[in-house]
Amino acid sequence: MSSVRVLVGTRKGAFILESDGKRENWSVNGPHFMGWEMYHLKGSPADPNRIYASQTSGWFGQIIQRSSDGGKTWETPGGEALPKPGEMPAGGSNKFVYDTTAETGKPLTTHQFYDGKQHPWEFKRVWHLEPSLTDPDTVYAGIEDAAIFKTTDGGKNWHELPGLRGHGTGPKWQPGAGGMCLHTIILDRSNPKRIVIAISAAGAFRTDDGGATWKPINKGLVSNYIPDKTAEVGHCVHHIAMHPSRPNTLFMQKHWDVMRSDDAGDNWREVSGNLPTDFGFVIDVHAHEPETIYVVPIKSDGEHVPPEGKLRVYRSRTGGNEWEPLTKGLPQRDCYVNVLRDAMAVDSLDKCGVYFGTTGGQVFASADAGDNWKPIAQYLPAVLSVEVQTLA
Amino acid sequence: MIRVALPAHLRTLAKIDGSEVTLEVSAPVTQRSVLDALEARYPMLCGTVREHVTQQRRPFVRFFVCSEDWSHESPDAPLPDAVVSGAEPFYVVGAIAGG
Repeated sequence: MSSVRVLVGTRKGAFILESDGKRENWSVNGPHFMGWEMYHLKGSPADPNRIYASQTSGWFGQIIQRSSDGGKTWETPGGEALPKPGEMPAGGSNKFVYDTTAETGKPLTTHQFYDGKQHPWEFKRVWHLEPSLTDPDTVYAGIEDAAIFKTTDGGKNWHELPGLRGHGTGPKWQPGAGGMCLHTIILDRSNPKRIVIAISAAGAFRTDDGGATWKPINKGLVSNYIPDKTAEVGHCVHHIAMHPSRPNTLFMQKHWDVMRSDDAGDNWREVSGNLPTDFGFVIDVHAHEPETIYVVPIKSDGEHVPPEGKLRVYRSRTGGNEWEPLTKGLPQRDCYVNVLRDAMAVDSLDKCGVYFGTTGGQVFASADAGDNWKPIAQYLPAVLSVEVQTLA
Repeated sequence: MIRVALPAHLRTLAKIDGSEVTLEVSAPVTQRSVLDALEARYPMLCGTVREHVTQQRRPFVRFFVCSEDWSHESPDAPLPDAVVSGAEPFYVVGAIAGG
């Protein structure tokens, strides 16, 4: 019988929630890495027992953790074995060094800072880990300050794909309130050389050659908070989602506006429709219905709480514009939590399960595509990320 | 043998029992040589006390020696005899931060 594993990253550790395919009774395993900020955990599609985790701390920096048994035990890749006499310690698994070599074109090393001046790129943390669709040892990492890194040895060593920072608009990128982070990485099963990424606040970018070269894909985005509302870069994209069967169709929750593209990001149009507010962070697509999408409207960028104190997921079955509130089982009064950009995911069972976590420490799940919800964990630390593995 | 006292999070990360580790450190015994030996013994601590590239102390990490704050001392300054002899540990401390 199939089962579901929900990987939850929080401000103070990671938790793994598990259930059988009925999704009625859940176990909570953890905390793992208690006291550390766990920005993201994600399992390998090629080997579900291989899970990667980003563990960070204001004191001690970035750690990459890896599990090969579904999250029961963890190791720092390459850090588990003592070096041989005379060898330098490995420790490369938490080493993210920007590529500024001449061979790769000396990618730009400054970006726009809060004070309007140019500021050097400085590594802060890994926001998002995206394991390869086919190789358990290959993973992409989205980092702050914004760049994309890749490992091909299971996380022991990381190297930048410098073409992203090097394509020319880097000096115009600037940090949003959460920092200048690369938070979204979407791999295309039908085209292994295509990757879509998103950066706050720069926008969306795409490579069609495996990461060597990139181009901004922000045409159609309109952002009132930048001087040129339709600029090539500078947009605060919060998250992007894609259904594997329709790789050219992308759905975006921008700072404000829910957007849609049907040409892999070359052109976007707004599909906010009748949403009570089109500000928000998460967006995801139903596992079996490519035109069914989910968002959690948040009141505004200045308040970051649900409108009217009601936590509502909105679902569109028409690929946007027409939205219905989903409220059964969700708090409909006095609720002032946020749902952060990587904190929603779906399983691939029938009916599709939908999951999201809140800054109040709840993880809500629906086993019927959003019609009914219940909390499957209620008192965790603030949730930063939610990912789901559907296990055979 | 040099004694190094580590904060709890780093002991957990390096799977260290107890509050201290002991290290063989060749003379001269300095902050740099002690941390080099620490990272050689526990590679997973690379980058957690000092930045990978610059080798600068991370901002919220402090070094205490014989009841004094050595965080701003030169990394190549000889550590006191009490540390060299093992009478006193070299403390790596997470700074007070937060609220």
